[in-house]
Amino acid sequence: MEKFTELTGVAAPLPIINLDTDKIFPAVFLKTIKRTGLAQWLFQEIRFRPDGSENPDFVLNQLPYRNAKILIGADNFGCGSSREHAPWALLDFGIRCVIAPSFADIFYNNCFKNGLLPIALPKEIIEELMEDARKGANAVMTIDLESQTVTRPDGAQIHFEIDPFRKHCLLNGLDDIGLTEQKGAEIAAYEQRARAVRPWQFGMTQPSA
Amino acid sequence: MPAPRTLFDKIWESHVIAPQSEGTYLIYIDLHLIHEVTTPQAFEGLKLAGRKVRRPDATLAVADHNVPTSDRSRGIDDPESRLQVDTLERNVKEFGVPYFPIDSINQGIVHIIGPEQGLSQPGMTIVCGDSHTATHGAMGALAFGIGTSEVEHVLATQTLIQAPAKNMLINVNGNLGAGVSPKDVILAIIGKIGTAGGTGHVFEYAGSTFRDMSMEGRMTVCNMSIEAGARAGLVAPDETTFTYLKGRPYAPKGAAWEQAVAYWRTLPSDPGAKYDKEAHLDASDIAPHVSWGTSPQDVAPITGRVPDPTQVDDPLKRAAMQRSLEYMALKPNTLLVDVPVERVFIGSCTNSRIEDLRAAATIAKGRRVAPGVRALVVPGSGLVKYQAEEEGLDRIFLEAGFEWREPGCSNCMSMNNDRAVNGERIASTSNRNFEGRQGPGAKTHLMGPAMAAAAAVTGHLADVRQLG
Ligand code: SF4
Repeated sequence: MEKFTELTGVAAPLPIINLDTDKIFPAVFLKTIKRTGLAQWLFQEIRFRPDGSENPDFVLNQLPYRNAKILIGADNFGCGSSREHAPWALLDFGIRCVIAPSFADIFYNNCFKNGLLPIALPKEIIEELMEDARKGANAVMTIDLESQTVTRPDGAQIHFEIDPFRKHCLLNGLDDIGLTEQKGAEIAAYEQRARAVRPWQFGMTQPSA
Repeated sequence: MPAPRTLFDKIWESHVIAPQSEGTYLIYIDLHLIHEVTTPQAFEGLKLAGRKVRRPDATLAVADHNVPTSDRSRGIDDPESRLQVDTLERNVKEFGVPYFPIDSINQGIVHIIGPEQGLSQPGMTIVCGDSHTATHGAMGALAFGIGTSEVEHVLATQTLIQAPAKNMLINVNGNLGAGVSPKDVILAIIGKIGTAGGTGHVFEYAGSTFRDMSMEGRMTVCNMSIEAGARAGLVAPDETTFTYLKGRPYAPKGAAWEQAVAYWRTLPSDPGAKYDKEAHLDASDIAPHVSWGTSPQDVAPITGRVPDPTQVDDPLKRAAMQRSLEYMALKPNTLLVDVPVERVFIGSCTNSRIEDLRAAATIAKGRRVAPGVRALVVPGSGLVKYQAEEEGLDRIFLEAGFEWREPGCSNCMSMNNDRAVNGERIASTSNRNFEGRQGPGAKTHLMGPAMAAAAAVTGHLADVRQLG
């Protein structure tokens, strides 16, 4: 996983509540067996017109937002399907941080696994950031993960909360499977205890069990 | 005395291996169900790192999203779908994971087959790379959807790093009126608490309405927990659960069965257990529901009208409603029963079990699908299809002009050839009415199976109670 330490870039306003992962990455394109090259399908239905040309009204088709690295979203961002193709496509487009008043749980988890930072902030603050994001070329913000701050275009800083373990993993680009494998002995001990209490669950999907 | 605990607390605590950090824990996963769409990248990750599947004996694979629901003996035509299913088949072979092949009678939608095979059991932790994993919560299991990186994590370690959820009680009491189904109950709940009402929470569905409900009905309800933002939904295991499970292929047998039931009886929430949030509904207030918009919270009783955005104060909500109605091509204040449909889909992990098909067949019997309407019935699994045929339901549907198809996800989403075309308007028993979900421009109205059958035979959204 790519590290996340500091990010400076244009923030794009996307004030759509309940923005679902079907909108972010439509099901029709889930047939890929890869996790790269997915940006071409990002926001397909709102980004492109039926004939395949770009919809000029959509924010990510406008300069300077074509190069946005940050999205300012609305409530319940990323609801719906568990598809990790949503964060993969956002990353492939160049988005490394989404700031919104609230996120759907699975999407929120998926972001961290891919070096994409989701930041939840109170509604009033999001409204201000949304205004900042409407400033076009001046909508530049800086995210500093170490100090947990968002720096607005006018230099004002906003503090955000993040789980310390997730922060540690992002800052160091850690693969959490590797971390979990270090707990191999504890997992094995748990399995032994569980087998004593719930023996019928072991070997259960083996047809001969 | 120890503090009273909820069903969720008990399952959670019995699966914590170790604290991970302030606020997160390493938890054990008892059953991992996998399908073709969200696993190719996970297996690729395992291969790159030289890792194995830790517990193939706790893992089961099936292909459901991409499979054609027409005759499958010739294989899969669509090259991309075929590649995804072939990739799954190669991976399960290489990693030794049990698999239900697409020509097996056991094949079906992953959330249908878990309970049907007796794999999904009370007190377990169950995950799948699919947000409707909450379906298995009807068994009294903590079941939730995960992303592909987490699928890889579970394959490699049989664990997940998770923050505990909060408890939310969804209490519904009383008898459902005639023509009112479990689907209407869950649509009414989502309409009441909203699509983010359950974020960060696990629901426990309690009250006499759920106690009196069949396992099929409980699965329909739990299935859509995610549509209210909840991570999972649970129903406490009881005699209905045990009767359902007993004798199923993968359920414990003999002495192990007795031991399991004794354990399962300890799981229901203790009296006085605390919930962080509660919602209460009266079953007798719930009418048959349909959705009118592009979010599952956009629902109304079938007797109602399309809402009017000018009556909404919050500007973001008003904009969302306007956009919804524009996409759905609906005018404010239109009577819902005046909305014509072009397609009907009876299926999906929400409503493709035997009871659902029986409910739809009751309405279809002796009637005809309205002219200009295409109506699909897609059983959730090979076993459901077989049972329905034993009961003669297939003939009722075929005589009424419905299509009777092979099991799979079908038109619930748009990954196979059943997808809607030309922005058709659909009466659908699935779970999501998102833009484009059932096909480009497709306009989805969510409802229960009898309501969908009623729409098929009348050609418009209809109140099933008027058809008798
Ligand atoms: S039936 Fe629909 S919701 Fe259920 S698993 Fe298949 S695609 Fe997902």
